[in-house]
Amino acid sequence: MKNAKWKFLMVTVVSFALVGTGMVVGCKKKPGNPLPDSNAVSGWEKSSETRTFAAKDLWQYIDGDAEQYISAGVVSTSTSDYKYQGQLEAVVDVYTMGDAAGAGKILDTGRTKEAVAVQVGDAGISYAQSIVFRKGANLVRIVAYESTPGASQALLALAHGVEARL
Amino acid sequence: MSNRRDFLKSAATGAVLLGSQSKLGLAAAVAGHADAGKSKVVVAKDPALHNAAGQLDDKRVIELLDRAIASYTGHDRPVDSWKHLVPTDKVIGLKVNGLGGKGISTHLALVLAVCERLQQAGVKPGNIIVWDRNARDIEACGLTISTDPGKIRVFGSDVSGYEDQKETWGTASIKLSKILTRECAMVIGLPILKDHSGAGVTFAMKNMYGVIDRPQDLHNGGCNPGVADLNCIPTVREKVRFTIGDAMSSVYNGGPGFRPEHLWQPNTLIVGEDRVAVDHTAWQMIAKKRAEVGMPSLDDAKRPPRYIATAADAAHNLGTNDPSRIHLLEV
Repeated sequence: MKNAKWKFLMVTVVSFALVGTGMVVGCKKKPGNPLPDSNAVSGWEKSSETRTFAAKDLWQYIDGDAEQYISAGVVSTSTSDYKYQGQLEAVVDVYTMGDAAGAGKILDTGRTKEAVAVQVGDAGISYAQSIVFRKGANLVRIVAYESTPGASQALLALAHGVEARL
Repeated sequence: MSNRRDFLKSAATGAVLLGSQSKLGLAAAVAGHADAGKSKVVVAKDPALHNAAGQLDDKRVIELLDRAIASYTGHDRPVDSWKHLVPTDKVIGLKVNGLGGKGISTHLALVLAVCERLQQAGVKPGNIIVWDRNARDIEACGLTISTDPGKIRVFGSDVSGYEDQKETWGTASIKLSKILTRECAMVIGLPILKDHSGAGVTFAMKNMYGVIDRPQDLHNGGCNPGVADLNCIPTVREKVRFTIGDAMSSVYNGGPGFRPEHLWQPNTLIVGEDRVAVDHTAWQMIAKKRAEVGMPSLDDAKRPPRYIATAADAAHNLGTNDPSRIHLLEV
């Protein structure tokens, strides 16, 4: 009887602790895979596994380009290849920076006069074959390997799909 | 694509082997053709290399290669040129560059063209190794991994591994890929021309960052003197003896990754033995393009490729960046 009471008390305490933790965590976005699964965005198939690089290993992915991200405070980078309607190939990179300023720095560094502002994330720009945007501390770059009719719209749809997961 | 299939089939069987072996090395081949005391650099261009859809014409690529090599060596027949460029009885490495991913890596058409000409000169398929850092970079060039000794071998340093022993020259203290140290007698660099956010320009000498275990250790100071020091390491200096630079497509800003908004098609090969002169020539090409589109020069952007001058200084003596000492031949 004493054991049963003790068990009940423990279960109650643990349950409250779990619920409480869940409530706290629930206030933040899950730090899961920011890259959409196949067909989560219409027409887009995820054609490779997600690869993730810590800041110290980013050189393995982008070698010399890593320096500018590191100096802007990159924490980790996730990347995956995609294919649109079996034809248009693209790559999505999500750079998680230490803060929003770091993401903004990279976005501003890469902006040229040809850039067109797009409504995605907190701020975004697009070119014929690419979209770059930031949301919070995340900097997202989506690049298509060729220019096809409708590529811009398809990339924008994928960008919104990534945005929704950040 | 049928050309590629035929070629690969021939490569696998060795059926395209032609000619006999030469005992002449590279120095003998170029000595009689460069202006006295000058480094010869050939810039071969074909404005129609890409078709209207932006696709490379494979046939024109091999013709462009032939024109470049013929101009460099002075031999009309490709087979004669190649016999003098390489020791045909040895293992020849082709160091490609696939770091930038699919959009901006050494073009498959060029790799296949070089492989075809090497075999015609008498190099056995199994004595040709196409290589880069790892499988991903190799696949970015459109190549497929193969370690079959009877065929052209294609694999990365992730397969071969790196030497345990470090080699040191100046600031470069690195472990070299065993493909370079143990497999290849001679390496031809097949870099692709790119702007580089740190180094300014990446081409012949910077391509050697892909032959070492920890390239990130040599990125300080805009890769200066890292690039020059690395190329002074005796194994690199002695084995990497020729460059067939791929400037058929390039990015003039935002590199070394693929930035389609800054992609352009120079439709050019830059060929030479003097890696410094080749890089200097490549830099001028990017500088001209940036000026054409109204972008600041690399000096103004605070990332001039200083390592080129360092490589030419007395301490490094890897070649020349002095235009008056470069015999530039545009064909």
